[in-house]
Amino acid sequence: MARVRKVRVATMWFSGCSGCHMSLLDIDETLIDLAGKIDLFNSPLTDLKTFPEEGVDVTLIEGAVGNEEHLALVRTAREKSKILVALGDCAVTGNVSALRNGMDPDRLIEDIYGKAATTNGELPYEAVPHLVGRVRPLSEVVPVDYFLHGCPPPAHLIAKAVFALVEGKTPDLAGPDLKFG
Amino acid sequence: MERQIHIEPVTRVEGHGKITVFLDAKGDVRDARFHVTELRGFEQFCVGRTLWEMPGLTARICGICPVSHILASAKACDAILAVQIPPAATLLRRLMNLGQMVQSHALSFFYLSAPDFLLGWDSDPATRNVVGLVAANPQLARKGIRLRAYGQEIIDRLGGRRVHPGWAVPGGVNQPLTAENRAWMLEHLPEALATIHETLGLFKSSFGSVEERSVLAEFPSLYMGLSRPDGAWEHYAGVLRLVDAKGKVVVAAHDPSRYHEIIQEASEAWSYLKFPYYVPKGYPNGMYRVGPLGRVNACSHFATPLAQAELEEFRDGSAARSGRVFDYHTTRLIEILAALEEIGELLADERITSPHVRAEAGINALEGVGVHEAPRGTLIHHYWVDSNGLIEKLNLIVSTGHNNLAMNRAVREIAKSYIKKGKVSEGLLNRIEGGIRAYDPCLSCSVHAVGKMPLVVEVVNAAGELETTLARD
Ligand code: SF4
Repeated sequence: MARVRKVRVATMWFSGCSGCHMSLLDIDETLIDLAGKIDLFNSPLTDLKTFPEEGVDVTLIEGAVGNEEHLALVRTAREKSKILVALGDCAVTGNVSALRNGMDPDRLIEDIYGKAATTNGELPYEAVPHLVGRVRPLSEVVPVDYFLHGCPPPAHLIAKAVFALVEGKTPDLAGPDLKFG
Repeated sequence: MERQIHIEPVTRVEGHGKITVFLDAKGDVRDARFHVTELRGFEQFCVGRTLWEMPGLTARICGICPVSHILASAKACDAILAVQIPPAATLLRRLMNLGQMVQSHALSFFYLSAPDFLLGWDSDPATRNVVGLVAANPQLARKGIRLRAYGQEIIDRLGGRRVHPGWAVPGGVNQPLTAENRAWMLEHLPEALATIHETLGLFKSSFGSVEERSVLAEFPSLYMGLSRPDGAWEHYAGVLRLVDAKGKVVVAAHDPSRYHEIIQEASEAWSYLKFPYYVPKGYPNGMYRVGPLGRVNACSHFATPLAQAELEEFRDGSAARSGRVFDYHTTRLIEILAALEEIGELLADERITSPHVRAEAGINALEGVGVHEAPRGTLIHHYWVDSNGLIEKLNLIVSTGHNNLAMNRAVREIAKSYIKKGKVSEGLLNRIEGGIRAYDPCLSCSVHAVGKMPLVVEVVNAAGELETTLARD
């Protein structure tokens, strides 16, 4: 019997709330069927930290591009993935994660960690990635193949899209499924 | 020469982080740091928005425990409206908070941590995850998935969706519980109870000995959580209680709205997550722990019989409190049991389907504090508004933040036992991550301020040079 090659999937999270990943897990027991069809590579749900050398078929990204590390990672993700999916409103539009736009990151850091706000007023600039001046949706940085709307996208929508992609089909995301919030 | 070890990103935790281990000239561990690497700025961009938006907006701090933020926010708003919410609304908010505790604890245990215990700490990293668990033990995985789904379903049936339900509002909740949904919750409760009994049994028989439970470092600290006035475990209302390692009550009943009298925060150059501490002991000595271990250690007893029996077995007749990081898992399972017991009690209360669930009022106070227990620990929302109800200032102290000092301590202790004379032994990476994972830090919440965290261990030498970066590939 010919063995079907499993679809190689990666997931990442940038500036977001993990809610889109939770919605992915909200497919509940369907996860067991999905687990039989995919190989999950680098993901917050696994211990693999980087893309495999030969890349993956599908990468789902939650969250917006909020710091310099995300900027580098989204480019790597594009390079290493045949299909790149923006998972949820933060990845699609910036959403809540972009509400800080218009505020100067240094001012933000001073307000949060400065002497007025904490006991010792140490400002976090060491060993943490610098914030970008403007939070951006993925598609402002790299080409994105599919957009899953919603904050978070409902589990059934994620399942529909992922199963279609796993079967090599184009997910049908128009109609009632196309809504924000 | 001193060295540094890096682990990045820390995986199977909810958010973004990395770890640096500093070695001294002899190659022994001098220090270790757990960095939280993201920031989103909620305390800034909420300024100028209306009070009514706050539950829905602050929910987006965290998709794992959105209900926690929604409830803490709604409670802070109740204080500003200066209303007492209807009895049914209190029962329903408690019910949703317990649904959240079940789903979040089940996520932490089955999806994130169980692969370590059930597949082995040193098993192949490629399959040491939930997909690997499904392959190795589909029956248990299915039960764990269904237990989490029960908690999520309670949230969905109350609030209309699983993640970010716009349901708890200033003054109460916006929809009563239908008889049909109540019946569903009652019907599925026995299965959830059976799963947690089985899991507790399996867990205790596999990790019964103290040695096995000492795998992730052990140290004394203070423990904090809400409790009822008689010291019983609590999750939604009540008073702040602190107990020390010997079991002595340090703070018996502090008014949660005056939290700042006992808790203040420090910041460090290397993390976006602040460091709260217990004021009388100062920074950094005032380390305390919250979450399952914090609450269970801080309480005198459980008000429900099954959880109380587990607590007695866990304490084993001693007044002293467990400082073992691993016991976060033990207490997490006990709390799932306590939550399910109370869910049963709430559903049995006839008032729970009352249609009166919301008190309407305008702005009657210019400041409000909402405190309750999120799965990961005490969550504080503090708002100041103008007379139109526009936010002038807000302060959020999130659950994971309270544990920041303790997570750093755990990382340092584990690093010390796995790195000797410059030799890094196998298994360090995953033990350190396991130590962090036990706290189940929600780095999404932590970085409400700025951002998220991946995990890398970096080894830095005495000269401050980066020597090795440990990250799996
Ligand atoms: S889109 Fe919504 S659910 Fe998804 S990460 Fe952003 S805030 Fe969270």
